[in-house]
Amino acid sequence: MLGKTAGGLFWMFRSLERAENITRVIDTGQRIALTRSADDADEWASIMQTASVDLGYFEKYDELSKDAVIDWMLRDKDNPSSVLRSLESARNNARLVRTGLTHEVWEAMNGCWMEMKELLRRKVNERDLPSVLEVIRQRTGLVRGATHGTMLRNDIYDFCRIGTFLERADNTARILDVKYYVLLPSSFAVGSSLDNVQWETILRSVSADSGYRAVYGHDTNPRDIASFLVRDGRMPRSLYFCANRLMENLNFIAHDYGSGCLARDKAEALCRRLRENDIDNVFDYGLHEYIQDILISLGELSRQIEIDFRFYQ
Amino acid sequence: MWGRDPESQKLRRPYEVFGQWYDGEDPARLRAKQREAEEVFRLTGITFNVYGQSAAEERLIPFDIVPRIISGSEWTKLTRGIEQRVRAINAFLYDIYHRQEIIKAGRVPREMIQHNDAYLPEMAGVTPPGGVYTHIVGIDLVRTGDDEFYVLEDNARTPSGVSYMLENRETMLKMFPELFSKTRVQKVSQYPRSLLRSLRACAPANTEGTPTVAVLTPGSYNSAYFEHAFLADGMGVELVEGHDLRVVDGRVAMRTTRGYKPIDVLYRRVDDEFLDPLNFNPDSALGVPGIMDVYRAGNIAIANAPGTGIADDKAIYSYMPEIVEFYTGEKAILQNVPTWRCSDADSLKYVLENLKDLVVKEVHGSGGYGMLIGPTATKKDIAEFRKKLQARPSNYIAQPTLSLSTVPIMTQKGLAPRHVDLRPFVLVSPEGINITPGGLTRVALQKGSLVVNSSQGGGTKDTWVLED
Repeated sequence: MLGKTAGGLFWMFRSLERAENITRVIDTGQRIALTRSADDADEWASIMQTASVDLGYFEKYDELSKDAVIDWMLRDKDNPSSVLRSLESARNNARLVRTGLTHEVWEAMNGCWMEMKELLRRKVNERDLPSVLEVIRQRTGLVRGATHGTMLRNDIYDFCRIGTFLERADNTARILDVKYYVLLPSSFAVGSSLDNVQWETILRSVSADSGYRAVYGHDTNPRDIASFLVRDGRMPRSLYFCANRLMENLNFIAHDYGSGCLARDKAEALCRRLRENDIDNVFDYGLHEYIQDILISLGELSRQIEIDFRFYQ
Repeated sequence: MWGRDPESQKLRRPYEVFGQWYDGEDPARLRAKQREAEEVFRLTGITFNVYGQSAAEERLIPFDIVPRIISGSEWTKLTRGIEQRVRAINAFLYDIYHRQEIIKAGRVPREMIQHNDAYLPEMAGVTPPGGVYTHIVGIDLVRTGDDEFYVLEDNARTPSGVSYMLENRETMLKMFPELFSKTRVQKVSQYPRSLLRSLRACAPANTEGTPTVAVLTPGSYNSAYFEHAFLADGMGVELVEGHDLRVVDGRVAMRTTRGYKPIDVLYRRVDDEFLDPLNFNPDSALGVPGIMDVYRAGNIAIANAPGTGIADDKAIYSYMPEIVEFYTGEKAILQNVPTWRCSDADSLKYVLENLKDLVVKEVHGSGGYGMLIGPTATKKDIAEFRKKLQARPSNYIAQPTLSLSTVPIMTQKGLAPRHVDLRPFVLVSPEGINITPGGLTRVALQKGSLVVNSSQGGGTKDTWVLED
């Protein structure tokens, strides 16, 4: 496989995952706004933070307003992480690696892009927001489904998976990084409705609300939430789960190519760290510091993958 | 579908079954099918970028659902003519870059070759692997009557459009499966496999094992990028750009996730002048520095070979009957359109006097740009063209407007006759010449228009060769 193709697949699936994650965060923000009594625009600032798109927003807008935030996250061309820009990048990369994809995957991706371009041509009003978010979920789900159902399990597939899980781990880590303070032991006793909203934001942003309940019941507490998102091996968006998949796919490639690589070693080290520290160790070390370390490791891993597999040179 | 005279409304025989089917169809359903077909094209991404428009703009070539139908016996005759012509073109190229017998024999004037931009001095004395120059050829034909085909143009550099031949068929199969149960149409879907086989057969003699083939594209903004990706995909080979390639240990190699891997056959869709910045255009970022040196050392096959443009140049075109006869010893089976070379003083005089009846083309032009179609041009157009012609006569050739036969397209008002041409695709290798039964049919969608180029608003149709 060409290095360029590996890079294109990696970025296609990173961008696709990002579009889904941003959609999920918008959905969470909207739900929280609708279920709260007071209209609190500040909540939207925190929503944008969880998606790391707040700085760009404040360069463009002076004030926080729900409509502007949703437009910024959904379709603004100046926001490289907006759903529209992410899907455009996914589709352009798909076009670049057209020969590596099955027809079904390409058509699902191209169809997704064509429909979203049309749906997001104009500002989405509140009435239409739920259905637009639903279409994004369905369309991206179709690409994912076609990928699972039709792609050969070879290095091409591995690079798709690596892009997906790097973006997903990065997304979960960023949410934890922004919201870590509501999960600190000092807030254990508070239990106010404000905290409940914060916890709900975290769980919903990673589609973990029902999974969490299935495991822990209705007894929501920050320690369990942190443990669930960092270390749970069954939760498909937890850091440990993502790191495991990264290592697994890098192992497949190493096996295929008959040689290991630095990226594989880095993924293994990340896995080990997530496995060996239980959540009390993490709190002792400092949750914030711990998550920062993980974000740095993910960045390094991404760069190492580019180098090991010659994406650009 | 109709004869030369569209008013006679008499169906040609190959259209009989189709005609019966069509008469039984509801026009509204067919129009819905037409729209459905365009959706399929958009989803598959069969789009092209128009030069001079925003790079992100991807457009569809209009598709007409009425197939163009050719009988099996007609096709067999046609292929004999095409094969003869393609053999002659390859023999001509070998001769031009070696002993130049045809010039010595006085059949083609020396200045036609030596002062021609399409002649590559770098190719003199070089023999391509397998002796093949034009691995892929597209011959543009027009029909003027029963069994009467003229060659409009030979495409011996990097003929495009084959993806439309394949996708138009796929779309028709999806839209009208019942038609294919009623009619026996010869398959075209084997083309990518035949192409791979043909390219592999042209690998350098020192290749070990199964030859590695790759398609070289100028990139995803190129107007034909879809086709490049389509062909690489169909053959199961890598689609590379210049920056994926490098000369390593005397071989051209591509950057893979596991390091550099040598290529044996490069199907390039990049023009000669951009192929090698060290040997040709130094500003080119599309090519591979040093590839010509690897080529001359016999360590890679390039399809088509550099320098083949000398064979499809419009000035050379007028010599094709002599060229075919010189190398095959037979009269040309396919006719050439009578051509006035404006470099010749008598011809120029005739052309200037008859501009309103002639089609005048640039010798090196393509895509329907820079040409004058006398009968439909305004007085102002003609006056302007006259000046250009007088300033650089050798840059132009002129041809009569042929009385082309028409085929029907579906319009809002039912079937209507339009002019078409046909580009069959020919594969050449030491194993032989392979012609896919069918080709690209381009159709001028405007009533009365003779211009079929997609860049000028032309459309395409599926092309059926029947099994008789």
